[in-house]
Amino acid sequence: MQSQVFRLSILLAAIIFLFVPAQAAEIVKLGALFSVTGPPSFLGEPERNTAQMMVEKINKGGGVKGKKLELIVYDTQGDPTKANQAADRLIKEDKVVAIMGPSTTGETMAVIPLVEKAQIPLVSCAAGIKITEPVKKWVFKTAQNDSLAVEKIFQHLKEKKINKVAILTVSDGFGSSGREQLKIHAPKYGIQIVSDDTFGPKDTDMTAQLTKVKGTQAQAIICWGTNPGPAVVARNVKQLNLNIPLYMSHGVSSKKFIELAGEAAEGIILPSGKVLVADLLPDKDPQKRHLLSFVQEYKARFKTEGDHFGGHAWDAVMLIKNAMENSGFTPAAIRDGLEKTKNFSGIGGIFSFSPEDHAGLTVDAFVLVQVRNGTWALVK
Amino acid sequence: MESSAQIFQYILSGLANGSIYGIIGFGFAIIFNATGIINFAQGEFVMLGGMVTVFLLSLLQWPLVYCILLAILLTLIVGIIFERLAVNPLKDASPITIVIITIGASIFIRGIAMLVWGKDTYPLPSFSGDTAINLGGATIMPQHLWILGLTCIIIILNRLFFYHTIYGKAMRACSVNPKAAGLAGINVRAMVLISFAISSALGALAGIIIAPLTLTSYDVGIMLGLKGFCAAIIGGMGSGMGAVLGGFVLGILESLGAGLISAGYKDAIAFIVLLAILFFRPGGLLGRSGIERV
Repeated sequence: MQSQVFRLSILLAAIIFLFVPAQAAEIVKLGALFSVTGPPSFLGEPERNTAQMMVEKINKGGGVKGKKLELIVYDTQGDPTKANQAADRLIKEDKVVAIMGPSTTGETMAVIPLVEKAQIPLVSCAAGIKITEPVKKWVFKTAQNDSLAVEKIFQHLKEKKINKVAILTVSDGFGSSGREQLKIHAPKYGIQIVSDDTFGPKDTDMTAQLTKVKGTQAQAIICWGTNPGPAVVARNVKQLNLNIPLYMSHGVSSKKFIELAGEAAEGIILPSGKVLVADLLPDKDPQKRHLLSFVQEYKARFKTEGDHFGGHAWDAVMLIKNAMENSGFTPAAIRDGLEKTKNFSGIGGIFSFSPEDHAGLTVDAFVLVQVRNGTWALVK
Repeated sequence: MESSAQIFQYILSGLANGSIYGIIGFGFAIIFNATGIINFAQGEFVMLGGMVTVFLLSLLQWPLVYCILLAILLTLIVGIIFERLAVNPLKDASPITIVIITIGASIFIRGIAMLVWGKDTYPLPSFSGDTAINLGGATIMPQHLWILGLTCIIIILNRLFFYHTIYGKAMRACSVNPKAAGLAGINVRAMVLISFAISSALGALAGIIIAPLTLTSYDVGIMLGLKGFCAAIIGGMGSGMGAVLGGFVLGILESLGAGLISAGYKDAIAFIVLLAILFFRPGGLLGRSGIERV
């Protein structure tokens, strides 16, 4: 009985192997690592949705040079260990030619040694500057560097002649990266950080930290975090009657923030990817067409508006497609193609990669927006 | 330089947050009083209160107060189902088994909430506006007054119930010695059920009155449950008043710690105090040592 099962399974395996090479010629396998569940699910879920939507769209339009794409997505749950295991599986078992994701910087750092060793291009959707600095041969990213957002705020502060700020950052990866960048770039713009404090990602009251700010000379507050913390900060600022401008990071550039902060959101200024204000952009903006079509397609399918997190995955899929069209379908060809990408107009900005720059964006990837009457307005 | 106005603000913020922790800790104390077990699903009742209210508000479009009452009722039903399905069937299980079951139940309830309502955070409108009240240079939200006021009312009602009604006395008897209580004609299982019903309703109420300040999401119960648990431990497990006092101590320490030292040490300070209290006064501030929990 057992030997029969054994023979049968060998037969089955043989059949499967017979068919695989025939299919492999038609299908290009792309891997994706997104934290669809877990704390960073607000990144991973739209990213997965967008990647699936775009791959289906490409396949419907005839694929890439006649080849269909197959997307294999693994959920990493925001856990670097799980990301590492999933990347290993994508490389060894699924034999993908390129990987997009992971969603967070910590996960990306855990995956980098694997892709470098296996020589598979990785297009990360995380923002941390460590990912592409120093440049790693096989690693690219689509999310804007935090430093670009920081500089966008500082440029604005300088125009307003504000030179003393208080910073309040969340004590997670996003916040500490922002805090680091704020401290690095402040001297360049002649800005002095007079108060430097943190809050926990799950904290529900920041009046203590803000009361401390009240006792300093700060002329503005910069808060760096992702929902819901900054919404609480905004409410607390209003409660304490701190009459100084409040700046937020691009981590809260979604309608959700306005909904959570309510009236307290009024007047808050933050840097944002252009997708948030796609319809407000001037027509001559080269990104506008892609932005609008992405927002509308996403909305038609998933009932919520496409955000820039989904946009990171849009950029990853389209950059890889673009590289495959120009250079070929092997991992090495895709890598070379990515590195040669110039003036590629995506969702997150206009990408120009080079051997020295695998992040590819400039400060123009951000626009400053302000909350006015419960919605976003461009700051001129 | 810290001015006195700043210190006052820290203390006021601490009191306001402390009453949140205290009211949650209260729920822990009630179940502990009646059954001698620590219900780690208490935080999920807090979450359910807030989330169900948000859900009902958008679904039914009723006035806030009806949604709140219905949400408390629904959470109470969840509490009863929980007791019937998870706690009641265990005959003479050891406390550690029940504790593990409550942790399991909390993960289960949280998971269901995530599937039903998604992973987003939701706001709830304040009961009486968002205009801060100025008190001698420090400010407080009207919602904080609601929390403080309701906490006082709950303390009073609790006192009346446990010391002046036959059911309350019966529940206390169960906690002292279930067997003797049973022999005296008290339906011990019914008392356990009632304690779960009361504490789930109380948890829901806590979750609702704090949601306008803290916002609410499917996983808000973890942190709030933990802080409530700390408050109950600091004050002395099984003492409702103690839980509220513990909450105030915890809240003020957190606030002063964040303001005067560094926000990074906020939680550390709270937990050091918790450890110190467990070390020097294992029964908590108001608790008496293990034999009699009243």
